[in-house]
Amino acid sequence: MAVKKFICIGCPKGCSLKVEHTEKTIHEISDYSCKIGLKYAQTEFTEPKRTITTTVKLKSGDLPFVPVKTKKPVNKEKIFEVMNVISGLEIESPVRVGDVVVSNIAGTGVDLVCTRNIKNVAVR
Amino acid sequence: MKTDVLIIGGGVIGASVAHQLARYNLDIILVEKASDVCMGTSKANSAMIHSGFNIDGDTLKGQLVLAANKVIKQLCQDLKVDLVKPLGSITVGFEEADLEKMKKTMANGIKNGIQGMKLLNQIELHEMEPHLNPDAKYGLFEPETGIINPFEYTVALAENAVINGAKVLLDTEVLDIIIENKTVTGVKTNKGDIATKIIINAAGLYADKIAAMVEDIDFEIKPRKGQYFLYDKKWRDILTYTIYSAPTKVSKGMIVVPTIDGNILAGSNAEAVEDKTDLRTTAQALDQIYTSAISHLFPELPRMGDVITTFTGLRASSTNEDFIIESAKTVTGFINAAGIQSPGLTSAPAIAAMIEGLVRAENRDLDFSPKANYEKGRQAPVQLSDLSYEERTALIEENPDYGEIICRCESISKGEIMDAIHRPIPATNMDAIKRRVRAGMGRCQGGFCGPKVLGILSKELGISPLEVTQKGSASFVLTSKNKELSLEEGDRNYEKIRV
Amino acid sequence: MKKLEYDLVIIGGGPAGLAAALEAKRNGVPKILICERAPYLGGILNQCIHNGFGLQYFKEELTGPEYASRFIEELENSDIDVKLGTMVMEIMVDKKVIAVNREDGMFQIDTKALILAMGCRERTRGAITIPGSRPAGIMTAGTAQSYVNLEGYLPGKEVVILGSGDIGLIMARRLTLEGVNVKGVIELMPYSTGLIRNKVQCLDDFDIPLLLSHSITEVHGNERLEGVTIAEVDKSFKPIEGTEQYVSCDTLLLSVGLIPENELSNNLGCEMDKVTRGPVVNEKRITNIPWVFACGNVLHVHDLVDNVTEEAEIAGKAAAAFINNKKNEVEKEVIITHDNNIGYVVPQHIDALNNQEQTIKFFLRVRNSDEDVRLIVKDNFNKTLLNLKKTIVEPGTMVTFNLPREFVTKDTSSIDISISKEQAQ
Repeated sequence: MAVKKFICIGCPKGCSLKVEHTEKTIHEISDYSCKIGLKYAQTEFTEPKRTITTTVKLKSGDLPFVPVKTKKPVNKEKIFEVMNVISGLEIESPVRVGDVVVSNIAGTGVDLVCTRNIKNVAVR
Repeated sequence: MKTDVLIIGGGVIGASVAHQLARYNLDIILVEKASDVCMGTSKANSAMIHSGFNIDGDTLKGQLVLAANKVIKQLCQDLKVDLVKPLGSITVGFEEADLEKMKKTMANGIKNGIQGMKLLNQIELHEMEPHLNPDAKYGLFEPETGIINPFEYTVALAENAVINGAKVLLDTEVLDIIIENKTVTGVKTNKGDIATKIIINAAGLYADKIAAMVEDIDFEIKPRKGQYFLYDKKWRDILTYTIYSAPTKVSKGMIVVPTIDGNILAGSNAEAVEDKTDLRTTAQALDQIYTSAISHLFPELPRMGDVITTFTGLRASSTNEDFIIESAKTVTGFINAAGIQSPGLTSAPAIAAMIEGLVRAENRDLDFSPKANYEKGRQAPVQLSDLSYEERTALIEENPDYGEIICRCESISKGEIMDAIHRPIPATNMDAIKRRVRAGMGRCQGGFCGPKVLGILSKELGISPLEVTQKGSASFVLTSKNKELSLEEGDRNYEKIRV
Repeated sequence: MKKLEYDLVIIGGGPAGLAAALEAKRNGVPKILICERAPYLGGILNQCIHNGFGLQYFKEELTGPEYASRFIEELENSDIDVKLGTMVMEIMVDKKVIAVNREDGMFQIDTKALILAMGCRERTRGAITIPGSRPAGIMTAGTAQSYVNLEGYLPGKEVVILGSGDIGLIMARRLTLEGVNVKGVIELMPYSTGLIRNKVQCLDDFDIPLLLSHSITEVHGNERLEGVTIAEVDKSFKPIEGTEQYVSCDTLLLSVGLIPENELSNNLGCEMDKVTRGPVVNEKRITNIPWVFACGNVLHVHDLVDNVTEEAEIAGKAAAAFINNKKNEVEKEVIITHDNNIGYVVPQHIDALNNQEQTIKFFLRVRNSDEDVRLIVKDNFNKTLLNLKKTIVEPGTMVTFNLPREFVTKDTSSIDISISKEQAQ
């Protein structure tokens, strides 16, 4: 049996987590202090995922870019693939928090959404 | 291009000469290789107006500093430049030997015509400067020393010259001098040739290089490096006068002085270097200055924390130590103003007057009749902090840009920044704005206002934000747009620091 | 000069100012004005586009702009007035505030109470005096964040970051995602000063090295930055000879600490804490000037916006009570002291006879990292009021705890807080 250690990124506490496993089978997860930690250790062991936050070009908005995020964490290995898709995007203002920019971005099954309300310059 | 007088160098000497000669019907061109005036020795020094009490009055620099003291107040008044004079200085000593030196200095000062000097006992010394190290025992008070903002002063001189018809060409570097029949006829620059009857060499650290384009010379400019600390305004009240430390075995004496803007400036050491671009600060020198001078004089001043910045200045000292102000020996039409180290900033008006005499003596068929519509001053830039609240309101009503504060540390408005970009000597980069209006010179050092100032520069100069520079030439602030760098595996650079 | 009248003026429309304004409104303050110098509300959260905000306050993970927008939307539905692009120039002892903007010019606001919520600024290169030349390409991590996230420009292509503060770590990831090579993070201390989760998800995820106990000893390049010399440091932070290494880079970002922006508070005459560099306050976040309150990063630098919100609500509620009751005198001051393992505690004193709240919330920072320690709170009778177990304490993470009000009696004159290694029971 082997042990793999992780630091939970689920909240600012940063708990150290321990996963006891044989190859890909988890036997026990310990040292977590909440449900977030338990779940984090599971996914981090099997398929690490991250939420991506970045910006997307915005046409005639109050600001030239709108901040965006993946609505859910995406497979860590897909980060740069997702970023590549985002590089080519340009959307129309106005935008509101939660507006979907791209659904199922780069085949991850996750939507890319706006995280700030930005008006159109014309209607300011 | 063609002119009567071509001045090489936009430091305080070049600008003073341009200002001096612009009162006559002469065509004047000043060329400066940097992107702004006042970019060399004139920029980084102690910003003091020396009274001459501690300078040998028999040297050329002694004569000129004493002469300049008689005219500088009127000059600054005409140019609307802030000058605090008299402010006075105190030389501070800790040992008996210092007292002996002070007595000699006092005798020299009296010989130079400085009135009101006084030796201070320990009690008097600490009454005048209560924050001094309690161990300080002796003081020499001298009442005439003043302080000035060297950028403001140099810019004002150059602006006045431009108002009176002179041309200032920035980013223009002299590559060679054209001589025909032992007479200068022009210069080659990176922007093309300029024909001229007279050349004034005010090239500061590079005055030897320029002079050597004309004839064999018997001097060399050896930069002497000095490092400084600039303290937050909150320390302004730690002293009243400009303070000299008595010369010691390891140092020629350092200064702790207030600046016109209310900061405290402290330094500097003196270190002979070969490289004329060596503007590096070093931990070793800063530690030494702090230990031997700053904390020795004022133990409350910290080593870090309230230090807004540290910087290096290079004194343009010549191998023979005195100013070299003379015509070329073998060629007509070429005048050197070389080796102008301290007290060059103070001496500048007297140097300019002396150079006028040398220009006249060249007999190059120049029209020295006074300019009919000569302006002896200039319109000072709007400075909101100098105005009452009511005056500011009136100004904002006229131009709302004065109501938009860009630099929060120094409360500088967009209007003041726009003015700086559009004045006779334009500010075209981030540091130039900082020198003119102090945006970015406060505690945050441009952290907050930097992106805003960059945006204004980009818009007003009609250039991309990627073309805006910190201090001219290739000192770009930003390198690319978001989403433009490749994210492909093979293209990305993965080289990391490895220990 | 135009004159306005308000019950409460709040300086700063960032997370602290927004939460304080809303809480004051909920507690019945009629006329509230927020003065914000930027052209929009939300403050620094607008450029913090990463996630991780709100877990405590909203029980969900939000990005900075999302966190801000929750408050901004609530504010837009209230009758709280906001002046954007407005810089407060001066606060006068007779309850007058002088401000300036494009539309009103210079104007005066007469107020009954004031909340300071101006936030903080970043420590600069000058403040830490890194020797060397002075090329372009050196800026604070926050300035870079503003260029990248708000303006859409990158500060460089090969970046070294000095300081492992959270903004530096966050920018390491952000720049990497834009295709920039972040060559490493240099930290003077033997530990990361940012949150551990940020080291994991911003550095480790992208194989960016964190060099602890290292410093930059020289900056190279005349026009644009060309490289830096790094070196390992000893226990007294002096570079160790022979460990110097030249690292080529075109950009150096500084993430070397934040400083509360208290120029206005200082000029007004607020008593300041030398460690927090913010005003000295009591549990209601009242400064030594009875009508002036302070909250958020202007009071002390927080690592979580959730804590800022909570603190701002305390200040907003207390300001409302003051405006409504006109009473604010401290009846019996209890001094808070602490041992040497603790850097600072906020509030610095409390009122023994104030019974507005059931619990008193304390924020503190430790000086050194430690594990399995006990946080002990005692009163002047040496009675232990609290004895809490803390598995890990570190300077980068603020420690908070609640003290039940009933533990403070009319005879309490001081409370001491200590952190010590757990004794074997």
